[in-house]
Amino acid sequence: MKLKDVAKEEFYRASYGCAGCAAVLMVRLTIKALGKNSVYVVPANCISTVSCYYPQAPFFVPFTVMAFAATASALSGISAGFRRRGREDIHVVGLSGDGGTADIGIQALSGAIDCGNKFIYICYDNEAYMNTGIQRSGLTPYGATTSTTPSPCFENRPKKDMLRIVAAHDIPYAATACTSYPLDYMEKVVKASQVNGPTYIHVLAPCPTGWGFPPDETIEIGRMAVESGVWHLTEFENGEFRTTYTPKRQRPVSEYLAAQARFRHLSPEQIAAIQKEIDAARD
Amino acid sequence: MVAGAPVKKYITANEAVAQAARLARVDVVAAYPITPQTSIVEKIAKYIADGEMDADYIKVESEHSALTACMGVRMAGARAFTSTSSQGLEYMHEMLAYAAGGRYPLVLVNVCRSVALPWSIWGDQQDAIQQRDTGWIQIFTETGQEALDMVLQAYRIAEDHRVLLPVMICLDSFIQSHTEELVQVPDQKAVDSFLPRYDPVVTLDVDDPYSISVGGFGKHYARWREEQQAAAEKSVEVIVEVGDEFARIFGRHYGGLIEEYRCDGAEAVLVAMGAFTGTAREVVDEMRDEGKNVGLVKVRAFRPFPVEPLRKVVSSVKAAAVLDRDCSWGYEGALATDLKAALYGMPDPPTILNFIGGLGGADVPPERMKYMLEKALAADRGATPHLEFIDR
Amino acid sequence: MKKEKSIPGPVQKAGTIPTRMGSWSTAKPVLKGKCTFCLFCWIFCPEGAIGQDETNRKVTFNFEDCKGCGICVRECPTKAIEMVEPEEGE
Repeated sequence: MKLKDVAKEEFYRASYGCAGCAAVLMVRLTIKALGKNSVYVVPANCISTVSCYYPQAPFFVPFTVMAFAATASALSGISAGFRRRGREDIHVVGLSGDGGTADIGIQALSGAIDCGNKFIYICYDNEAYMNTGIQRSGLTPYGATTSTTPSPCFENRPKKDMLRIVAAHDIPYAATACTSYPLDYMEKVVKASQVNGPTYIHVLAPCPTGWGFPPDETIEIGRMAVESGVWHLTEFENGEFRTTYTPKRQRPVSEYLAAQARFRHLSPEQIAAIQKEIDAARD
Repeated sequence: MVAGAPVKKYITANEAVAQAARLARVDVVAAYPITPQTSIVEKIAKYIADGEMDADYIKVESEHSALTACMGVRMAGARAFTSTSSQGLEYMHEMLAYAAGGRYPLVLVNVCRSVALPWSIWGDQQDAIQQRDTGWIQIFTETGQEALDMVLQAYRIAEDHRVLLPVMICLDSFIQSHTEELVQVPDQKAVDSFLPRYDPVVTLDVDDPYSISVGGFGKHYARWREEQQAAAEKSVEVIVEVGDEFARIFGRHYGGLIEEYRCDGAEAVLVAMGAFTGTAREVVDEMRDEGKNVGLVKVRAFRPFPVEPLRKVVSSVKAAAVLDRDCSWGYEGALATDLKAALYGMPDPPTILNFIGGLGGADVPPERMKYMLEKALAADRGATPHLEFIDR
Repeated sequence: MKKEKSIPGPVQKAGTIPTRMGSWSTAKPVLKGKCTFCLFCWIFCPEGAIGQDETNRKVTFNFEDCKGCGICVRECPTKAIEMVEPEEGE
């Protein structure tokens, strides 16, 4: 995919999302990749909250709000309903947050993959319950302060490995992506849309408000995450994991951590320990 | 189009419900097993496996997901079916409110079972009644035949553009769900003439896109709720209309929102819902033979609550014995409360005696019903509030 | 074309935007340098507030939808965009 080939039409505008929001960017890119023939299920999260309050309707394609725990089961039902009506051409897409995926929504996700209907489950990961005020989630990384792990505490558990969790269900296709690499992400969305079964894409979506950086740095922060090895762009297909992008340069994780207020409390020893873990994972 | 004759089968109410789902040409079934609903979904799965029923079965991992999947099916413009009991209904609770407020014409069959704790797999009506404020239309049935017929009627009621509210058809555990009775299973063509294909008002339509099931603040929220209440009130009319039309095609009429059995000249009536009304009829007959002026008021629609029909029949009696297979702990049985509220403002209202019985699968045998009616006959007009547990 | 229908419940026609977010920021992006039409700012703008002028091979900015995040300024490889506060009296 090349930038000049990306659809120019805008399908998501005037949401109440924060300035510089990667999740808003994710929605914009997703609908550009899939086009008009797509419907969106969004549970309680930032995107639904900034898109669902009457009379504002920022989605230019069909969209519905869904209960927090229920994204994946709604996708199952819509997919089955469309199949019965001979409309399997319509892409059925969930836009769930990290909490709605890894915590309260994980059961429904597990069940829905097992049911085997055709849908694209997209988890946009801003690493906390941002919508309700930056509370920690199962995808909050080790070391981050949040409103429920406030200073002098910090998150003392690593992120749940959602890619491996869905892979363990023998999902036909899954991927990790980042809004800072839009073409890589959009190619994955298109690839997922061509699979006749459940698919999962996990997008790192840096959050200026929750992570503590100025709104113009959103893209740069995501790049730093990938270049420091904190996040990877990968695919799981036919039972195998594969990297889809190897950064041209490696950056020390300390740069990534220093750029965000939520990590600024970390001591040099703690940062060194994080670097050590990243280096070990690389080898 | 000439409809064929119905087929008489000796089946449980659960199987009758499964037959109804088949006849309603449901597109997708999403249900999770729980005693004593299980044989409904097992039968449906068998019909599908044998090619007798053309539907997809989504193997959901919980009841919460079951109802959500059904909402998804409706959003896509197809017809869905689900069924549950007790803990499952409670697990769905969040989605019950979603479905009603979102104006989804879902149909759910609840096999009424006690809610834990104490743990019980046996029958009472606490589970369904506990959900009465979610906005669902709730209709209680007595027999397998009525269950089958009401599932068919439920789709008509729910999908009616004047209503667009979800409908819960309630059965009683084991004594109804698992008891075999002679049931007339209608011919498919006859059902097709009664229940047309689903005609949705709005779906996830890429050619005419809408944001559906969204949110709103203050006046917007209030407007939608007022619309919902208006639809619930309108459903009173629609329930009666649909019942009348059903009777014209299939020859069976259930009386509307309530059924009055031998209430003419009754001094005391037993007010009850569900399968126990079958026993109550016999008790009323026996006591009438003994010269006692008693009758039975079978409440069918619990929501919308049949205020007018109840005022009409209960106004002329001296006392009503209300049998509640439930209790709003800290107060009294829900049916008794709602009945009293419905009679509010009437000059010289009857005495209401509230009996809590049939809990946790306990039977309410004829002697206990006689006991209740005798107490009602002997009650003083304007007696003080009464609450009595009758299970022994 | 479907005739206007009355739909009960919490529903809204897709793409209904009574409120624009342009007022969130007084500072707006302006092309000060040479645009190479690389389209980086266009792809990264979360709001879709940047357009493509293919005739003149440069990007255009929709101030009604721009929230002023500054991502475009940051991501432009030739540093051609600047955030500009409005002049006195504008």
